[in-house]
Amino acid sequence: MTVPVTAMPDDGATSAFEAVDLRRSYQLDGVSVEALRGVTLTIGQGEFVAVVGPSGSGKSTLMHLLGCLDRPTSGVLRVGGVDVATLDDTRLAELRNEAIGFVFQSFHLLARTSALDNVALPLVYRGVSRQERRARARAALEAVGLGHRMGHRPSQMSGGEQQRVAIARALVGDPRVVLADEPTGNLDTRNGEEVMGLLEHLNAERGVAVVLVTHDGEVAERARRQIHVRDGLVELDTGAPAADGEAR
Amino acid sequence: MRTGEALVMAVEALRVNRLRSALTMLGVIIGVLAVVILVAIGTGAKNAVEKEIAGLGSNIILVVPGQVGLGAAPTQSRLDLSDVAYVRRVVGDPSKVTVAVNSGEPVRVGRTEVFATLTGTDQYLPNVFDRPLRRGRGLSATDVDTRRRVAILGAEVAGKLFGDLDPIGRQVTIAGVRFRVIGVYETIGSTFGVARDQEVHVPVTTAQRLIGLPRVNGIAIGASGPDEIEPLQRRVVDALRARYPDEQFSAVTQTQLLGTIGTVLSMLTGVLAAIAGISLLVGGVGVSNIMLVGVRERTREIGLRKALGARQRDILGQFLIEAVLLTTIGGVVGILLGVGGALLIQALSPVPASITWWSIALAFGVSAAVGVFFGVAPARRAGRLDPVIALRAD
Ligand SMILES: Nc1ncnc2c1ncn2[C@@H]1O[C@H](COP(=O)(O)OP(=O)(O)OP(=O)(O)O)[C@@H](O)[C@H]1O
Ligand SMILES: [Mg+2]
Repeated sequence: MTVPVTAMPDDGATSAFEAVDLRRSYQLDGVSVEALRGVTLTIGQGEFVAVVGPSGSGKSTLMHLLGCLDRPTSGVLRVGGVDVATLDDTRLAELRNEAIGFVFQSFHLLARTSALDNVALPLVYRGVSRQERRARARAALEAVGLGHRMGHRPSQMSGGEQQRVAIARALVGDPRVVLADEPTGNLDTRNGEEVMGLLEHLNAERGVAVVLVTHDGEVAERARRQIHVRDGLVELDTGAPAADGEAR
Repeated sequence: MRTGEALVMAVEALRVNRLRSALTMLGVIIGVLAVVILVAIGTGAKNAVEKEIAGLGSNIILVVPGQVGLGAAPTQSRLDLSDVAYVRRVVGDPSKVTVAVNSGEPVRVGRTEVFATLTGTDQYLPNVFDRPLRRGRGLSATDVDTRRRVAILGAEVAGKLFGDLDPIGRQVTIAGVRFRVIGVYETIGSTFGVARDQEVHVPVTTAQRLIGLPRVNGIAIGASGPDEIEPLQRRVVDALRARYPDEQFSAVTQTQLLGTIGTVLSMLTGVLAAIAGISLLVGGVGVSNIMLVGVRERTREIGLRKALGARQRDILGQFLIEAVLLTTIGGVVGILLGVGGALLIQALSPVPASITWWSIALAFGVSAAVGVFFGVAPARRAGRLDPVIALRAD
């Protein structure tokens, strides 16, 4: 994508995400299972938010909706001010490519591909030339301290290094938001620490909003705002929009 | 995404599963190979037959009693030498008309005996048919008029009876009657399964006495040019019909023979190609199958690519290109092997084979089309994968 799309969120929008009564239900053997039962929240530009809650409470479901990988059953979701219901699948893919970076618990790197090419992958779908892709991927890898591992394949790297490659891939496209679903879940404390440091740095230096899901109380503590989810509902939000001013 | 990128990705994907890609291609390779070889053989057979017909001589009209055509019953000839004279008058130039009386007879020299086609003809045969002599002379008017017992041997007959000896001037016994050899023909092969090197030519008058029937089997006319063939053909048939109102006569020309036989052989080639095409189809099903397996195996990869911004058409294109690449590489290998195989058959066996550019272009086009056709279903499945489910898959 080299031509800017009119439906793309503009940087002037006040919020990164705006969800109103967001619901998502799944049909299982004819029975409707509600994973999200009416979530209303706003996440501003440049915020650092931790989503916590018991297993099966709907954290990943929420992340998938925010990341435009999935569509809500009902409710309104605005990403950068744009109602996702107005976007078709192609526009949604372009929105993911331009505005959102993902970090997954299990890294999700292409196994037979070098770190450099893994990081460059999002730019392939943006139509960026090979040369520029490589240059940007190199810069992103250097930013996560892996300048010396560019030619390595995932199997030749430690878990912590792999997750840092994934973070480099999330930021190579200069997104406004990084969504991380348990980014430290598969890492030991030291590597988890390093990954968290990177995400905080990203948030502080580049103003990228970070939304991360975690089970780890210590990790959650490092976020300025915590959203507690239980049974598909927001139970507690330490930085609810009403308290916006103070939360920052 | 650019097509170039997709191509690089597809090559990479095929390279990763080298053995599987090769085995999948094998189905396409065999199909294309079969098409190329069978079309080459069919075309070769057609060319060979057409060459044979053309090799008879040029602008020949054959007049035979009865109806000529597929399924027509053979007719007892009622033509005799007076009819030949009549046809000569109709044609105007007697030297452009010759005659044939045929009968299978044993030919013996000492203890060696071969079975040959005895053909009674006359001095005008060389004016109508291409029948070069290797040695000696052809029939003369005197031979025919005085019923001489002289014979010209086909190359194979001469070889079998005399070996390396020069047969000219020697005696052969045909159906118990002694003949003197005056000539030997060059080797010319066979026409329509008639082994012309196994013929023995004698004067038509002598042959009629030997066989004991005053009939002739056919009259051959040599037209002076292609434009003359059709009017001459019509004139002769009309004249014979006028002479024998109750009889049927046919006059066939090389062009008509070429046309009929060409059509039959083209049909045969088409049928062969279609049968080979079925194996190409089976190869396509194999491609489809393996692509579906690939899509399943790479579910997580597809989910990830979508999460990173791949559109449905990017994923679809990636898998479609992979399928088309499989079948076109298979197609090219199949074409190369097919051409090699056809050349080998040509060199090592009597089966003629002729490679035509259109069969190669067609084989390539069809294998690419097979890739698109059988790749679409797996590629669509890949393109439509729900990224959430794909990412959760483990
Ligand atoms: N595709 C699906 N079909 C049916 N039910 C689903 C599907 N995906 C999720 N669910 C259900 O939705 C609920 C929320 O799932 P989700 O993955 O969002 O939980 P989570 O909070 O991320 O849990 P965890 O901490 O274990 O990752 C669960 O009850 C789950 O079984
Ligand atoms: Mg989860």
